[in-house]
Amino acid sequence: MQRKTLRVAGMTAVTAILAGGSLAACSGGGGDEAASETVRVTLANHVWTEKIIESIPEFEEETGLTVELTQLGEDQLSAQYNVQLNAGTDEIDVMMYRPLQEGKLFAQNGYLADLTERVSSNPEWEWDDFQDGPVDSTSFEDQVVGVPTITEREVLYYRTDLLEQAGLEVPETLEDLEAAAKQINEANPDIAGFVARTGKSPAVTQFSSFLYGFGGDFIDDEGNSAVASPEAKEAYEYYGRMINQYGPANVSTDMSWPEAMAIFTQGGAAFYTEADSLYQNATDPANSQVAETVGFAPMPAGPAGSKPYNVPSWGLGINEASNNQDNAWKFIEWATSKDMVLEIQQAGVPGPRNSVWSDPAGTETYPEDLAAAIEVSAENGVGHDRPLVINVGEAREVVGDPIVVGITGGDVAAAADAADEAFQQFLDDERE
Amino acid sequence: MAVTSLPAKRKPQKQNAWKAYSDWANNHRKWLFAAPAMIFVAILIIFPLGWTLYLSLTDSSGSVRAESEFIGFANYLEVLSDGDRFWPAVARTFIFTSVALLVQMVLGMCIALLLWRPFKGEKWVRVAILLPLVATPVAVGMMWRLIFDPNIGFANQMLGLLGIPAQPWLSGEHTALPTVIFIDIWQWTPMVVIILLAGLTSLSEEPDEAARIDGASAWQRFRFITVPLLMPTIIVAILLRSIDALKTFDLLYATKGRGGGSFNEVETLNIYAYGLSFDYNDYGLSSTVLILFFLIIIAAMWVLTRRRKDVQ
Repeated sequence: MQRKTLRVAGMTAVTAILAGGSLAACSGGGGDEAASETVRVTLANHVWTEKIIESIPEFEEETGLTVELTQLGEDQLSAQYNVQLNAGTDEIDVMMYRPLQEGKLFAQNGYLADLTERVSSNPEWEWDDFQDGPVDSTSFEDQVVGVPTITEREVLYYRTDLLEQAGLEVPETLEDLEAAAKQINEANPDIAGFVARTGKSPAVTQFSSFLYGFGGDFIDDEGNSAVASPEAKEAYEYYGRMINQYGPANVSTDMSWPEAMAIFTQGGAAFYTEADSLYQNATDPANSQVAETVGFAPMPAGPAGSKPYNVPSWGLGINEASNNQDNAWKFIEWATSKDMVLEIQQAGVPGPRNSVWSDPAGTETYPEDLAAAIEVSAENGVGHDRPLVINVGEAREVVGDPIVVGITGGDVAAAADAADEAFQQFLDDERE
Repeated sequence: MAVTSLPAKRKPQKQNAWKAYSDWANNHRKWLFAAPAMIFVAILIIFPLGWTLYLSLTDSSGSVRAESEFIGFANYLEVLSDGDRFWPAVARTFIFTSVALLVQMVLGMCIALLLWRPFKGEKWVRVAILLPLVATPVAVGMMWRLIFDPNIGFANQMLGLLGIPAQPWLSGEHTALPTVIFIDIWQWTPMVVIILLAGLTSLSEEPDEAARIDGASAWQRFRFITVPLLMPTIIVAILLRSIDALKTFDLLYATKGRGGGSFNEVETLNIYAYGLSFDYNDYGLSSTVLILFFLIIIAAMWVLTRRRKDVQ
């Protein structure tokens, strides 16, 4: 009898565990419907984020809200959004995103809340103060879906000591740049004349300023592929040749900015074209052996002039599925207020506000030549640094292929033709 | 167990519901006890697999919540006729797995034989050999990336000392795959050593002694006694390692990033499917590649387990 009782008890326990398990599974899905006092913010690893984190206690004190922060690397952030937003999560309120990389995709998928009314609701915060280019990039089909936070332009990083030694002026045209790179490389075989990103996808943005300088673009006015135009081919040839002939020995074809920057800051290259927002990596003596001898200049001019990109690299948006949009907006309004933008810009992260740029305090912490270069670039800059499509990730790989072929000394014209065909196919598919 | 001695079936009795439940539970206890595991398997394996299979038959892209059309086997046709990315990725997956596996088995066997007999300092040697196994693959990837850096890496500096010109290692279009295979061998040979060593220590010494008395050479004893006796263990090692090697992702992603490098030089099926899903947001195609990959692994495992049964 006792045995049987035990047995029945055992069965009941199993049944209870099963039932309990499934109940627990059901209750896990429900969210908090009411607006919460906690704002859940997802940010990327960036100097901007570090400055924001320092000031978050002030925001919490001011508003009485609590900020719950998730901070991730760029790739992890993308993967996270991909999974969570796809699943329709309401557990992200504020999201830091890359308007040019993911903006169209997110907006089209309905992940980003419409902020059009909110941006014009507070005259003091002043939406009109934001630069036009960045604002274009955070808008989608006449709706504002994000607020730009960080802007960047491509500039020329160079070594003042090497130029002096060679008796050279700072190159103002791409032709001069090539001649100077050649001369320095020949005089110092251990030092590369020129370095830049080499990875198929990461190089695309830095290549774009060369492309515009030669008079080309990724997509023409009719929305067709333009990567096999004579101008584009010249640009591909030029970028590839600069690294193939005057670049570092044994150059890797996987370099993004950390690797290329490392070569420059360890004294391995005379010239380097890169985003201005990364300048502290080169000027900070803790990271850079060339901190004392680094100079900055505007992007050298090609046949079509000096045409660097001038883009918002990051922005803040609100998750459409969030139940806490009002408080999420409070966070965005605070993080992009004039005071915060000025403070962060002074710490070395270029912001999107005209008033901060025209304020002498906004550039006082920048090296003088860099501030001058930024000013020039802001005037003649182009508002995109990659193809403006929905699936940017795929497009970058397609149009980046001839860059890598050029770097490894292959047939660039053939690669550009192949890329053109693939890119046209891609654009046609996307238009459907 | 006392429970098993109970009569399997009882006469139906008109009793209360509790009694009926108890009887039912008693008669179906094999199902009842297996149920949690079966439900677990269903939720965690069959559902994702079924969902992936479903996605592979649709043109789902952009967002999985967006509307998608059922397009039958169109994705399969597209993938199977893709000579640019898919088939090279299949080839790389098999080259990576087979070369790494072969070297790991041979090397693992040699090391296991060396460690088989007790010797002085045995503990320390064993610990040292097992170290790569406990390191996380991403950390291992980062470490080797630094060592193999073409300009400042330790590997090229060593070659320089020997007067050998610098090599591109991970950055070269044609040297990247051999280099990642090398790293995989470095990391996973210890696992093969552990498995084979466990097998070796459980072997009876009598056949070996008998052969020795009969005058068999060391090689003959290894070839005709140790290896055949160890065969079930060897196949277990091959099975575990090959499944693992086929699925390698972390090491490849940590060393070469998305797409397996600018020329897709180390892009295996796993890396390709990840890129389709996370970089291209093409969930239909990505699922198709994963289903095909799954079928390939099942086929490979089927062949191996059959071989194992033959041996046993």
